[in-house]
Amino acid sequence: MTAAHPLLPEQRAIAPRELLGLIASLVLVAAPHALRMPWWLALAVAGLYAWRAQLGLSGAKLPPRWMLLLVAVLAIAAVYVEYRTLYGRTTGIVLLVLFSGLKLIEMRTHRDAAVVAFLCYFLAMTNLLYTQSIATALLLAVALLSTTATLVSLTAPQRPAAANLRTAGMLLVHAAPAALVLFLLFPRVQGPLWGLPQDAYAAMTGLSDSMSPGTVSQLAQSDAIAFRAEFEGQPPSPRERYWRGPVLWDFDGRTWRMGASWIDSFDTPRGAGPYDYVVTLEPHNRSWMFVLEQVARLPARARITHDGMVVSPAPLRARLRYDASSLALPEPGRAERPGSLRRALALPDAGNPRARALAAGWREGGADAQTILQRALGFFVSGGLGYTLEPPLLGPDTVDDFLFDTREGFCEHFSSAFVYLMRAAGVPARVVTGYQGGEVNYVDRIITVRQSDAHAWAEVYLAGRGWVRVDPTAAAVPGRVESGIARSVRAGDSLPLLMRPQLEWLRGLRANWEALAHRWNVWVLGYGVERQRDLMLRIGMRDADWRKLTAAMATILGAFTLLLLAWSLRRFARPDRVQRAWEAFARKLARGGLVRAPHEGPRDFARRAAERLPAARPAIEAIAELYLAARYGRAPSGERIFELERRVRSLSIA
Amino acid sequence: MLRAPSAGTHLRNWFYGYAAPERGAITLGHRRVYILPTRLGWMFGATLGLLLVGSINYALQLGFALTFLLAGMGLAGMVHTVRNLARLTVDAGRAEPVFAGEAAQFRLILDNRAPHDRPAVLVRHAASGAQGVLDLPSASVREAVLAVPAPRRGWLPLGRVVLETRYPLGLFRAWSYVEPDVRCLVYPRPERVPLPAPAAADEAGAQRVHATGSDDFAGLRGYQLQDSPRHVAWKAVARAEDMLTKQFSGASGAELWLDEARLPAALDTEARLSRLAGWTLAAEQSGARYGLRLPGVKKRPDRGAAHQAACLQALALHGIE
Repeated sequence: MTAAHPLLPEQRAIAPRELLGLIASLVLVAAPHALRMPWWLALAVAGLYAWRAQLGLSGAKLPPRWMLLLVAVLAIAAVYVEYRTLYGRTTGIVLLVLFSGLKLIEMRTHRDAAVVAFLCYFLAMTNLLYTQSIATALLLAVALLSTTATLVSLTAPQRPAAANLRTAGMLLVHAAPAALVLFLLFPRVQGPLWGLPQDAYAAMTGLSDSMSPGTVSQLAQSDAIAFRAEFEGQPPSPRERYWRGPVLWDFDGRTWRMGASWIDSFDTPRGAGPYDYVVTLEPHNRSWMFVLEQVARLPARARITHDGMVVSPAPLRARLRYDASSLALPEPGRAERPGSLRRALALPDAGNPRARALAAGWREGGADAQTILQRALGFFVSGGLGYTLEPPLLGPDTVDDFLFDTREGFCEHFSSAFVYLMRAAGVPARVVTGYQGGEVNYVDRIITVRQSDAHAWAEVYLAGRGWVRVDPTAAAVPGRVESGIARSVRAGDSLPLLMRPQLEWLRGLRANWEALAHRWNVWVLGYGVERQRDLMLRIGMRDADWRKLTAAMATILGAFTLLLLAWSLRRFARPDRVQRAWEAFARKLARGGLVRAPHEGPRDFARRAAERLPAARPAIEAIAELYLAARYGRAPSGERIFELERRVRSLSIA
Repeated sequence: MLRAPSAGTHLRNWFYGYAAPERGAITLGHRRVYILPTRLGWMFGATLGLLLVGSINYALQLGFALTFLLAGMGLAGMVHTVRNLARLTVDAGRAEPVFAGEAAQFRLILDNRAPHDRPAVLVRHAASGAQGVLDLPSASVREAVLAVPAPRRGWLPLGRVVLETRYPLGLFRAWSYVEPDVRCLVYPRPERVPLPAPAAADEAGAQRVHATGSDDFAGLRGYQLQDSPRHVAWKAVARAEDMLTKQFSGASGAELWLDEARLPAALDTEARLSRLAGWTLAAEQSGARYGLRLPGVKKRPDRGAAHQAACLQALALHGIE
């Protein structure tokens, strides 16, 4: 007997308009993934979408279930062939995108359509695993709007599409305050809830714990930002900006490695020229943090290793903001342990005979370390060594090949050869990697350090002075540290696009864009445990733990919902003064138990009231007369309306 | 002086959200609009949970933003769903009488005085499932017709009507009950039997009163089987025209009494009323003047739509009021 419920989504067939809306939303969220997929898989997904669109528009029957199953098995096999696994973040997302196409093809009812819309929201989220840039946010905002508009059109299929789009926009606008409150107050926790797949951080770039010919120069091809630094006051000059990273001790003839490293106590160095600054470090999945040499105050919770590398307790997988302080002119540090000095002299037993001979020559006559250093620098200054981003391949004797044959290299060649020569000459030395320079944005004065600023230099141990920085690249190619890579490499070498000097206007545009992007990074993407605590302190909430935050969140959200409800239930049209006065009169009598019947006219009501309340008879009759005259007579004067209001107010029915 | 309504009545009305049945136009206050998540709503919630866990795990601040924007949207959608029903004014139109076994056509007038439109409002009769979906543009009045089966004679009250909506996101279902004070008169199911032949009339319960005076000739109409041969226009038949029956007007014309007391005793009450209803229709169609006699009710012989309605109403309400 009971007919089908016409609002049940399970019983409503999908119409072409909703179908196309869904496909458009899916395309928006799947397109960035498609760019990361092999082209033929992307094509397969596009084919599935197009197939469903065609089926929907022509009104043809959907393919049978066994055919879908076959396509699904084929898709899984294709993904396996491409990635050799079905586990992991990237393959998971590729499978999800493929299944969105399959789900589309078996979609018949509004319920299925809603499920696809939820899938759209989910796919939107997966894009953030790769990038959280402003551009991504804008794309996702558009996708959110179109998906929501499709959801709205599922419940209101008869309405014009523009009206549904407007409703979706209004919903998002109404959602924004609640979203902001949740975003600011939702308690943040540090670190992942469970182990992440191996490829989770594959996309992060940065310096590694080893260096062999080609590693740094490869990194230097990248425009990606390594970190940004905001200085209080004037920043140091470019040649002073050595951002210290991993220190490499052990050499096997080709590769420099960090080797054993341990946490040491931090002795605050004395010296002049302190700089205070805040670094916003991009995640690089390693634990070291970059600070300016020589660090005078460690960032919060950071430790320092015996060789002066600042490290955080865990790999940095989220953008991190930290305060630090450094000295431009430090006083000599403490003496190094003998064990470390022995390690700083170790070399492979054989290889690079010409370099060894050169170093042996510098030691002649019992020269001290200072003299040897001068001789080595002299060799680099006058050696005619060239600087290139595309160094030629080296043979097994990497140092000899670079110094005497190819004579062209990048900073890793210079530093590697220099440290080798120093050790061969009996002077303790080590390789330090990090970043050098960085570009000051003239809009917000923030220094941006890119992967292309990656650098490697050397440190030698001089008795009485401790470890001293020596940059053999700067000695050979002074332009490198004065004005960056762009002016140092030979014409014809390929440079990262934005480093080309011809594109000055482009750099201006980029400066503005990056100032905005930096604010985005700091305020949106960098809003973690630390910044939340800071913000809560600033608005007066001491030790904001999750209980306090949740309570505040719930309170504000409740108030907001009530406000929204009040807005949606506001009176549609305020009655005029005459009507309001009459309603006040009726309410007054109703409080005394004399309720006006719906069919009762003003005259009848007044008569009945006068009979029940003989004491108030004159007042009631006067009010009725005034109301009738104002309502049905000529346009009433303001005085008459006032009279009516006054009489209603002073009416007493006690 | 005046007695206020009892506190208990107020409490009950407040708890159940309505005082049934209500007279006049009913405006749905927000207190009587109920709301619960739909199955899709729960699924949406589960999706949000997934997004939140992902955001926490991968420390995706933009993921948090997306999750919370969607959560806020769900919240706003809930309010919008309530808004789609709240302050809607419902009034009942007149329901024309029907015969038992037919469907009563109840008309509900939905008056949207709001400045926003109210798409996809379902009006559903709780007992029978009769329903319709209406789109109400802003400041507009629309009518929903509920075809409610009327199986028995008598008054058929409309009963409970559910107004429901899932607009705008389908994540929540808001509904409200109204019970307008409107009823439909249901006549007995007419038994399609011809009026008895004059000879058998007495035994069958219909009594013809034969005129003795001179009737005023009023016109001719088509012959029907049960017409008396004395009224057949034989001259017209002689002219080879169709069989025609002479009609007479005036108080002294042919009168027919439909008398309950004269029906066979074997028939039960409902069957008797059915037969009388059938005869009322047949008598009205025949153009004769007819009266109705029921225990306690007597309708003087007359004809016309109003008389027929009065007779049928008397039959419908026999023994009820």
